[in-house]
Amino acid sequence: MFMFEKAVVGGKRYWAWIGALSAVILVGFLCYLLQLTEGLGITGLSRNVTWGMYIAQFTFFVGVAASAVMVVLPYYLHNYKAFGKLTILGEFLAISAVTMCMLFIFVDMGQPMRILNVMLHPTPGSMMFWDMISLSGYLVLNALIAYVTLSSERKEVPPPHWIKPIIILSIPWAVSIHTVTAFLYNGLPGRSFWLTAILAPRFLASAFAAGPALLILLCMIIRKLTKFDVGSEPIQKLAVIVTYAMIVNIFFVLMEIFTVFYSQIPEHMEHFKFLFVGLQGQAPLVPWMWTSMILAAASIFLLLVPRYRRNEKVLAVTCVMVFASLWIDKGLGLIIGGFTPSPLNVVTRYVPTAPELAIVVAIWAIGLLMITVFYKIALSVRERLAE
Amino acid sequence: MRDRGLIFTGLVLFLGLITFPVWYNLASGTSSKPPELKLPTTEKQCVAPTETMRMSHMEMLITWRDQVVRQNDRTYVAADGKRYDMSLTNTCLKCHDNKAEFCDKCHDYAGVKPYCWDCHIDPKLVQRSKG
Amino acid sequence: MTIHRRTFLGVAGLSAVALAGKSTIGALAKAGEEAAPAAGAATRWAMVIDPQRCLRKEGCKDCIGACDKVHNVPLFKDKDHEVKWIWKEPFENAFTGEENPYTAEALKDKPVLVFCNHCDNPPCVRVCPTKATWKREDGIVMMDWHRCIGCRYCMAACPYGSRSFNWLDPRPRIPALDPEFPTRTKGVVEKCTFCEERLAKGEQPACVEACPEKALVFGNLDDPASEVRSLLREHFTIRRKPELGTQPEIYYIV
Repeated sequence: MFMFEKAVVGGKRYWAWIGALSAVILVGFLCYLLQLTEGLGITGLSRNVTWGMYIAQFTFFVGVAASAVMVVLPYYLHNYKAFGKLTILGEFLAISAVTMCMLFIFVDMGQPMRILNVMLHPTPGSMMFWDMISLSGYLVLNALIAYVTLSSERKEVPPPHWIKPIIILSIPWAVSIHTVTAFLYNGLPGRSFWLTAILAPRFLASAFAAGPALLILLCMIIRKLTKFDVGSEPIQKLAVIVTYAMIVNIFFVLMEIFTVFYSQIPEHMEHFKFLFVGLQGQAPLVPWMWTSMILAAASIFLLLVPRYRRNEKVLAVTCVMVFASLWIDKGLGLIIGGFTPSPLNVVTRYVPTAPELAIVVAIWAIGLLMITVFYKIALSVRERLAE
Repeated sequence: MRDRGLIFTGLVLFLGLITFPVWYNLASGTSSKPPELKLPTTEKQCVAPTETMRMSHMEMLITWRDQVVRQNDRTYVAADGKRYDMSLTNTCLKCHDNKAEFCDKCHDYAGVKPYCWDCHIDPKLVQRSKG
Repeated sequence: MTIHRRTFLGVAGLSAVALAGKSTIGALAKAGEEAAPAAGAATRWAMVIDPQRCLRKEGCKDCIGACDKVHNVPLFKDKDHEVKWIWKEPFENAFTGEENPYTAEALKDKPVLVFCNHCDNPPCVRVCPTKATWKREDGIVMMDWHRCIGCRYCMAACPYGSRSFNWLDPRPRIPALDPEFPTRTKGVVEKCTFCEERLAKGEQPACVEACPEKALVFGNLDDPASEVRSLLREHFTIRRKPELGTQPEIYYIV
């Protein structure tokens, strides 16, 4: 089944890693059981900050999932051969990230047993309905593409022709998942922070920076741990993509800041004030947001200078900076900043609790576990072919 | 047939495991006899015949629920033309005033845990806690 | 266009209501079935609040107490987990953007009664992925606690902070259980329903009935002869955040 037999053979280091991830997942699972019996009250969420870490992580990883398109598109539409070895890694990254997104949504539900009500009583007027459609569709598309292309590779035959249109379909679909995710937020009349048409483009730009940055890091790790090397050309190409995406992202952020602060509409300014200087004497996110900004500026500098970009050691550090900067921006600032201040202009402090963080970390571990297993399968197939 | 011993031990273990519920019930003294329910004394007639109620009171309650909450339609017309307010606590439990000896007893026997009671309140419970 | 339709329906509804009569609530059954659609379409429940009257009796919480009691609203000491149907909010928070450095003393820092606005164009309804919240024909924004999956999208969408989530099991936090009305379970969203269960019995909402100063007036906007309509005719009223296009149906006399 799905070449899983390849995932159950491995060295000591492989099993130690799997064991460690499983332990983290187990702790998170126990915390989730606590949440299931006690209610979401065990999290740091409140009447005013109703969404927090879970939904923020969901948003961030939708971006990571969508970014697979950045390797699929050049390879399949522009016949950019250097990405040939990478597409499968991008697709598996997408599958893992989408699964994480679904889990983050699931753990955020107050009545998870009733989640099928979304399908039982379909409501096309709700963006959440479309988010469910686009996410599950994207998962199916990528699972199918990854399976079919990898199976053909193993049998040393070219992939069947019918898969090509499906791959092409996955390209706009990737854009759709992050657009719909932005629509979740930017159609709400009382939430000025999200009420901006730049949100979806900004989401996409930051996704196309964070995702490929992660992919570069994964390629470097794979090269260290296995015999498989994607080569330096695709990594450099990805680095160029990260550079453009990161610059566009910051450009979009600055456009938003101009609009908000030149128009001087208090409701729009207050969220930014809360994030960057503090509001009503509360400034929990200020150090985070400035860290994010500094990391963004520094990484753009390092990406722009060819000498640094071409140095893979520096590039690795730069990719970590890009990823961290965008994770703070989207995984913390976007959601918490959107809820603070509340529409009644109240600042409520949100601090995630230990069980909440354990659940978040467990879902990351599930993502990592999936990546590990999938990459193990893909690389075993290739290693055998190489012999 | 060198493995005869192993095979038979396995078989006995297997039979023992799948018939475990029978032994468990025999040992703990629970019988398969249907529970004796305490019926209302005040009223002779339910909203539908006993047989119907026994078989499909859950469907009826779900229909009532949707009618009241979603259609704002609160009146149930019984087969005999009598009208009732569609309400679990305010109609059903008015006559069946002993939830423990009626609802719960049978639900326990059937091993079902309806979540109705997570929100809907047994009036007896309130009286007792007050008194 | 809307006004034309409304006026027409108003007249049609009035005649239907007149036919059905006020005293036939007991016999509502048959007549109700026939008259209900017409009467429903011609009913638009709304509330007019007179904040000055509300302030007369200082520290009065009669309406809040009455509502909490009949709806089994739990009392959470932790502000983060609060469940509120009707409550008092300082003027500046209730009417954000309306305050100015010279805000009349009669208003500044003064508590204003707030609750669900039962908007004509409710964003919470638009976003709900399961139709667990919807707008009834009589304008009430209703909740189905059986269907709510607890995603809290409606809370993000409501610009008035009118919705509460049950972060923990509310049952142990209810001071006095009223068996006539259900409690809620943990993990669902709740809010004011304009006492639809009392309206069905021909009663006024609990808060309106409890107010000693008659500061809350509830009625049918589609009935030109109703008290709410005459109050709106005679006074200048404001609504919360009208610029958002939600069309709140709670009016405040200034």
